[in-house]
Amino acid sequence: MNVVEGIGSRVIDHLSYVGGLTMQFWSGLRASPHVLPIVGKRGRWRSAINQMAAIGVEALPTVAVMSLCAGFILAMQAGAELRRFGALQYVMDTVAIGFTRELGPLLTAFVVGGRSGSAFSAEIGTMVVTSEIDALRTMAVDPIEYVLAPKYVAAMITVPCLTVMSNAFGMLAGWGFMYVSSKTTLGMFVRYVAESIELRDVFTGLLKSLVFAIIIVNVGCMEGFRTRGGPDAVGRSATSAVVRSTFLIILADVFFTAIFYLTKKD
Amino acid sequence: MADPIISVKGLTVVYGDHRVLDGVNLDIERGEVMVLLGGSGSGKTTMLRHIIGLERPTSGTVVVRGIDLNACSAAELKTVRRAMGVAFQESALFNSMSLEENVAVPLLELTTLADPIIEIMTYMKLAAVGLGESAKLSPRELSGGMKKRAAVARAIAVDPDILVFDEPSAGLDPIVAAGLDELILFLKRAFQMTMLVVTHELSSAFRIADRIAMLYQGSLIAVDNKDSFEASKNARIRQFLDRVPDPIGHSAAVQARFRELAGLAGASA
Repeated sequence: MNVVEGIGSRVIDHLSYVGGLTMQFWSGLRASPHVLPIVGKRGRWRSAINQMAAIGVEALPTVAVMSLCAGFILAMQAGAELRRFGALQYVMDTVAIGFTRELGPLLTAFVVGGRSGSAFSAEIGTMVVTSEIDALRTMAVDPIEYVLAPKYVAAMITVPCLTVMSNAFGMLAGWGFMYVSSKTTLGMFVRYVAESIELRDVFTGLLKSLVFAIIIVNVGCMEGFRTRGGPDAVGRSATSAVVRSTFLIILADVFFTAIFYLTKKD
Repeated sequence: MADPIISVKGLTVVYGDHRVLDGVNLDIERGEVMVLLGGSGSGKTTMLRHIIGLERPTSGTVVVRGIDLNACSAAELKTVRRAMGVAFQESALFNSMSLEENVAVPLLELTTLADPIIEIMTYMKLAAVGLGESAKLSPRELSGGMKKRAAVARAIAVDPDILVFDEPSAGLDPIVAAGLDELILFLKRAFQMTMLVVTHELSSAFRIADRIAMLYQGSLIAVDNKDSFEASKNARIRQFLDRVPDPIGHSAAVQARFRELAGLAGASA
């Protein structure tokens, strides 16, 4: 195989992977109404509730601690420079805008991707190698609808909620820094933050978090469904789910940030 | 004569350079127990996976209840699958659920029965396979034989016409294996199901079969009633029935590799 063939083969593999993700995304989206209470299939929403607890509630402490730390780091780094120009108050802008637009969605996505993306992959991978997915198919039950759709619905609800919490904890850390540095009260901090961020910032952050949620579930489940072999293959799938979802989240972030940058009016 | 409930015609499956199944033809009549025998690697499980519609063949057709599985719509495939229960070799029970929840899955997903009726039906199916007292247990708490029985209970949950077993006796002691044979015969008597049993256990095959088919290297070398099969003069069938091992390392490929390792690659065979 020459170099051109090698590159071509890799490109085709990656395109085929993205094609698979797209098809799975539409199948999952079509199956999602079956998970909803009342209109969905009976009992299926319970599965979505369990997933919400696993994806959202159990991840909250980690997201909170990471956001507090990241918020404090960002405030200290920004404060170190801005203090020289007598512009310490702009730390509040930096933390508020940085978290709502960027850090909140990204930190949340990394935590959820590391915890739940790998868990989805391991769970479905184990179901594949123990023939549970085959058993569902032979029972005339669609594995996408039964296994993936509850995770979709759960992630699309909980990841934006976690992002809001991440923003709040990040800004709380920013206020902590401002309080220690310049005795800024919480009331003043909240007023300053409310003036510095726009609705558009909140909206873009939440839209990003929704897209990241879709990437995490899609990649985690895709890696699980593609698992072939024994228990070692399950481990490889889990690793691959985290690496690929992190990579795609960064790519999606670049894409969305570029769009928001180009469409932002001064 | 009525049309066969399962009809396999010219089933050929090729993976890379390896021809796993080579033009297999097999008809299974309504209500019979067909045992598919064959050694390890003969293509039994591959054939089973095509019959239950999990794989698409390279060529040939699999028609179940008059529907060609490779040319039918998703809705038709769903109809066929609803009429077919499968007990997998590894049981394939959902480990996150109790036995009763496992058995209830097809009832919840495929029927509109009320929850109390589903609870009764679940218990009936578990009791039918002798697991009435284990309904609340998790699959992790079961022995190998109990897992196989639980898989049967789930497979018969929606009263299918066809029941398919993949190696039901594999890994079980003779007493438990005999118990499973009796269960298969009981299900046939009680529910008049058509059964396809893939196995390499001879005693089990002769106990439960109405007819026996044998695969050898991807080809079907016999389809007969069990008496004729037992009296067969075919060399491969006799070898299988008389448990005569293949000579170790005598294949042409192994001999060629030995010559190659000894630096005699150019030497004539």
